[in-house]
Amino acid sequence: MQNLLLGIPISTVVFLIPLLPFLGACFNGLVALMCRSGKAPVPKPLVTLVAVMMPVLAFALTVWLFFFAKDPATGFTTPPLWNWIAVDDFIAGISFKIDRLSLVMGLIITGVGSLIHIYSTGYMSHDAGYARYFTFLNLFLFAMLILVFAGNLPLMFVGWEGVGMCSYFLIGFWFEDPQKASAGKKAFIVNRVGDFGFLLAMFLIYKTLSQKGLTPGLGFLSFDTLERFRGDLFLVATPICLLLFVGAMGKSAQIPLYVWLPDAMAGPTPVSALIHAATMVTAGVYMIARLHFLYTLSPVAMEFVATIGVSTALFAALIAVVQSDIKKVLAYSTVSQLGFMFYAVGVGSFSAGIFHLMTHAFFKACLFLGSGSVIHGLHGEQNVWKMGGLKSKMPITAWTFGLSVLAIAGMFPFAGFFSKDAILFHGYVLGPRVLWVMGFLTAGLTAFYMTRVFALTFLGQPRDHHLHDHAHESPFSMTFALIVLAILAVVGGWVGVPESLHGNDLFFRWFAPLFPYQEFYEKIEHAGRGTELTLSFVTLLWAFHCALLAFVLYSQKLNIAKNLALKCPRVHQLLENKFYVDEIYQTLIVNPLGWVSDKVLWKFTDQKVIDSLFVEGTAQTMSLAGRTLSLLQSGAVQMYAILFAIGGLLLIAYFVL
Amino acid sequence: MILLSHYIVVSAILFSIGVIGVLCRRNALVIFMSVEIMLNAANLAFIAFAREHGGMEGQTIAFFVMALAAAEVAVGLGIIMAVFKKQGTIDLAKINFLKG
Amino acid sequence: MIETHLLTLLIFSPLLALLPLILFPSSQERTMKGAVLALSLIPLGLGVTLFVRYYGTGGFEFQEIIPWFQGYQIYYRLGVDGFSMPLMVLTSLLVPLVILSSWTSVHQQLRGYLALFIFLEVGMMGVFASLDLFLFYVFWEAQLIPMYFLIGKWGGERRIYASIKFVLYTMVGSLLMLAAIMYLYYAGGKSLSFEDLLSLNLPLNTQYVLFSAFALAFAIKVPLFPFHTWLPDAHVEAPTGGSVILAGILLKMGTYGLVRFAFTLFPRAAVDFIPLLQILAVIGIVYGSLVAMVQPDIKKLVAYTSVAHLGFVVLGFCSLTHQGVAGANLQSLNHGISTGALFFLVGMIYERRHTRLISEYGGLASVMPLFAVLFLIVTFSSIALPTTNGFVGEFLILLGSYKSQPLFTAIAASGVILGAVAMLWMVKRVFFGAVTSEKNKALLDLNPREITVMVPLIILIFVIGLAPGLILKKTELTVTKFVQRFQALENQ
Repeated sequence: MQNLLLGIPISTVVFLIPLLPFLGACFNGLVALMCRSGKAPVPKPLVTLVAVMMPVLAFALTVWLFFFAKDPATGFTTPPLWNWIAVDDFIAGISFKIDRLSLVMGLIITGVGSLIHIYSTGYMSHDAGYARYFTFLNLFLFAMLILVFAGNLPLMFVGWEGVGMCSYFLIGFWFEDPQKASAGKKAFIVNRVGDFGFLLAMFLIYKTLSQKGLTPGLGFLSFDTLERFRGDLFLVATPICLLLFVGAMGKSAQIPLYVWLPDAMAGPTPVSALIHAATMVTAGVYMIARLHFLYTLSPVAMEFVATIGVSTALFAALIAVVQSDIKKVLAYSTVSQLGFMFYAVGVGSFSAGIFHLMTHAFFKACLFLGSGSVIHGLHGEQNVWKMGGLKSKMPITAWTFGLSVLAIAGMFPFAGFFSKDAILFHGYVLGPRVLWVMGFLTAGLTAFYMTRVFALTFLGQPRDHHLHDHAHESPFSMTFALIVLAILAVVGGWVGVPESLHGNDLFFRWFAPLFPYQEFYEKIEHAGRGTELTLSFVTLLWAFHCALLAFVLYSQKLNIAKNLALKCPRVHQLLENKFYVDEIYQTLIVNPLGWVSDKVLWKFTDQKVIDSLFVEGTAQTMSLAGRTLSLLQSGAVQMYAILFAIGGLLLIAYFVL
Repeated sequence: MILLSHYIVVSAILFSIGVIGVLCRRNALVIFMSVEIMLNAANLAFIAFAREHGGMEGQTIAFFVMALAAAEVAVGLGIIMAVFKKQGTIDLAKINFLKG
Repeated sequence: MIETHLLTLLIFSPLLALLPLILFPSSQERTMKGAVLALSLIPLGLGVTLFVRYYGTGGFEFQEIIPWFQGYQIYYRLGVDGFSMPLMVLTSLLVPLVILSSWTSVHQQLRGYLALFIFLEVGMMGVFASLDLFLFYVFWEAQLIPMYFLIGKWGGERRIYASIKFVLYTMVGSLLMLAAIMYLYYAGGKSLSFEDLLSLNLPLNTQYVLFSAFALAFAIKVPLFPFHTWLPDAHVEAPTGGSVILAGILLKMGTYGLVRFAFTLFPRAAVDFIPLLQILAVIGIVYGSLVAMVQPDIKKLVAYTSVAHLGFVVLGFCSLTHQGVAGANLQSLNHGISTGALFFLVGMIYERRHTRLISEYGGLASVMPLFAVLFLIVTFSSIALPTTNGFVGEFLILLGSYKSQPLFTAIAASGVILGAVAMLWMVKRVFFGAVTSEKNKALLDLNPREITVMVPLIILIFVIGLAPGLILKKTELTVTKFVQRFQALENQ
């Protein structure tokens, strides 16, 4: 087996993959800063070249690595580049874990990432912060690659927080708008809440393992060690998994920490496509799949994950049905699809989760980029009620968007059909029926709201003629990415055609050695192909009718749709205001915290109690004592003399008597 | 026969007069004179003891006290003059520069 | 020669910089400043030498012993170990930066201002290098005086109030400590030398009394909740350089004193008092972050986050685990770097606009991009983002602390969230949004001198963040020795 690339050992080459985007970020960052300080124009071709070349190179390298290192299935862990933190028995090295799972993720990230970089060169071409934009976009790829390739939890946490930071900057990219800056801050802080759980989980694992007196070479928190000693973690598996899931809730926008994702749409649209659809938000799913050996120790945690996942899916889908901002619909749709993925991993079907993660990356990135193309073409308009009939003006965007809608709606034989089908089938077999019903309902809703958006945007009559007249198709740099992603949205699912449809189930077989749970495969086998076929047929039928309904309602019978909203205003308002969750958080958490900090802690405890009462109180007691005693100092000399005489007499009396 | 105790009694009476004068009178000059009386009462006692014991120390001290009294008069009167110039009175009840 | 007297040189070499202050007339102010800066690089060079030559044996290195009060067994005794070495190096680094930062911001009596920093440096170096309690106390008090004048003379509007509060607060503690030192002298073999005291086995009750006195003195200096209210006032009123040194070094003297003297000399009392200290530290973390959140003044905000950060440090030391102690030791260095850098940055913007109120700013990122970038890097270091120094420190502290006190650690870890809220909210209001105030539109970005001040700190932020081993290795054995002392106690 050849172990070298250009004379460099492969375990070193893998570090190049994240390093390339990092170098790109450094270069662009310097360019951005120097141009800003020197008031010089940004050398756009150079920036573009570096910014796009780095991810593409990283993609090429990942592809090479993929064909080279995918076997054996369990992969390998590189020796640490250096020991990052090492104190006593705690060691965390800069080492990567390369196996089929991280390679697939790496491919998605660099592949979709490269496409989005190319798309961005068109989308952001007129923006003053061009170089700054690519700095953060490159930096994001770097952090995301660290996240998926990391060989231990602390290093994964580096990527985990790193992507959060990039997301903070990219959401608030147009920072002159205070609302956008706030959205970035909100995203970072909500993510921090999740990271809190992640941190505690690491501490708990370390504490438990270090008390057993083990001394693994790679450190307690490396994935290899964890897998080897998973038996020692049996007793604390539930708290560990739940705490880690808190991290996932933050990063992957699940109930109750999903609130940042819809706001995150304040960022440039390609950012939403890359970070808030295809890659970063799926980190939670990846993390659970990566730590499948821990999660399978705790059925409670698994059930919790599945329940949260499917509830989020349904909840977000309901909200998505009435949103009028094209990006908001897609955002809630992302939250909902992420819920599906958690449903999959929660019932123990890790490969189905990753499968959906992959197909979702394709079609959702395409949808977001498509919406970006629409927004670009309409000079910033995002309200679907002002669009309509754009098909003729933007044919490529319309077609690619349409294909992706079919994919996400789960139409046969598009990508989403296979992944969603696998999830629902596995969920039906392995999980409680209630969850399956909720998932089933969500599948229909998804088809409904996505068709609705498509119909409102591209079909029917133009509702705002001024906008419509000025609309134009986007440049090739943008449509190129759309076309590639649309193709992937069509064919991406074909790698996982189930045996019931006379496919070879490639994706699942491929991942089988990574997730060696005999019981799981037996149950699936036991359920039989008939069940699977029936289920997929029913789901397909249900989704198709929902889509059809939306198609008719929103492209031809718009009046009926509007009347429907008027007839049940309560429900409509509740949904339109997103169940008032943001407002509830504001009144229950944010405001009280601010009030307590300001009024109780600072102005009362700090200033009144500690400062006024204790500190200045002591000072005032002293000065009061001084003033009291100074009363004796009347200034009347004779008074002193009298006191003196009395004192003298008393002294004499004392000594004489 | 005038005994030591007689001198002492006279000295004590003089001293008490002086003390009462210092404590009760308002006029700074009178107080000043009372202080002089006290000094002289002390002198009397010193001399009486000196004569009784035949030593010279008591007499020496008496001279010292006289010299001291003279100096005190010089300084004290100066102060009283200054106070009078500043305050227009030498009534001690009305003078309280030292009030804290 | 340099090797054997390195510490003495390090303590007193700053005084060389007094020469130009005496020699140059006030007409040649620029030359004078240059000369002072150049001479202040000598201690920096010695500091770097100390770092490089420090071997990390766990014992005291570079020891010097000269009899002082001969009949009383009081020595001029110096030595450094892993707890003091990083702080001495940091001191030698921060002082030249402070001098450079005050280039244009101090207008009146520059001579006195610079002289006070030189004396301050002598005092701080002495505190960290002393191994005799008497000597320690002398330096401890000596550094108080320059700081008092720095705040009282070059400070803001309420400078008199702040400086008196600062001195009186600290005095209360140090007088208690003085009493304890004297008690210790008579209770323990008539010697104040650290190594003699180390072998002392005091009865438990005596330990309680002495520990309380020492711990109180240091807790005020740290400052632990509820002794922290002098800090926001002192920080707000102090001139930029004063704030930097105050946050960077003076606060560390508190935590340093806790480990060096209070914990090490009275271990059995320490073990019993640790829960109390932990509670105070955790309260400090949460409380500091929450109160920081609502501050209208940037400096005050940073001051309150300091309370939280120092709470982390104390929590780490109290964990008595390898990771906790090593992390806390690293974090005291980190806090000096990142909070020092924050105060420098706040000083730079104050010099331009003469206000520290958050509401006066807004949209600075578009006017001063470089300033914004540096500020954000430092902010992320302060809120412990991985790859910055702050993360390594806080992570190790929490990791170690979790081993001994999971509940407290969990509460403390929530401070990580609250700290981020406070800092990012401030960043949002100061840097983002549109430029609303006319005065802010014409602000100039950082000049080369200001960039020079920031560069070393920014580099350190990333170097320590990525390769903390550079420092952790040097301090490792010291930490091990410290932890083992307590483990031995437990096994008894």
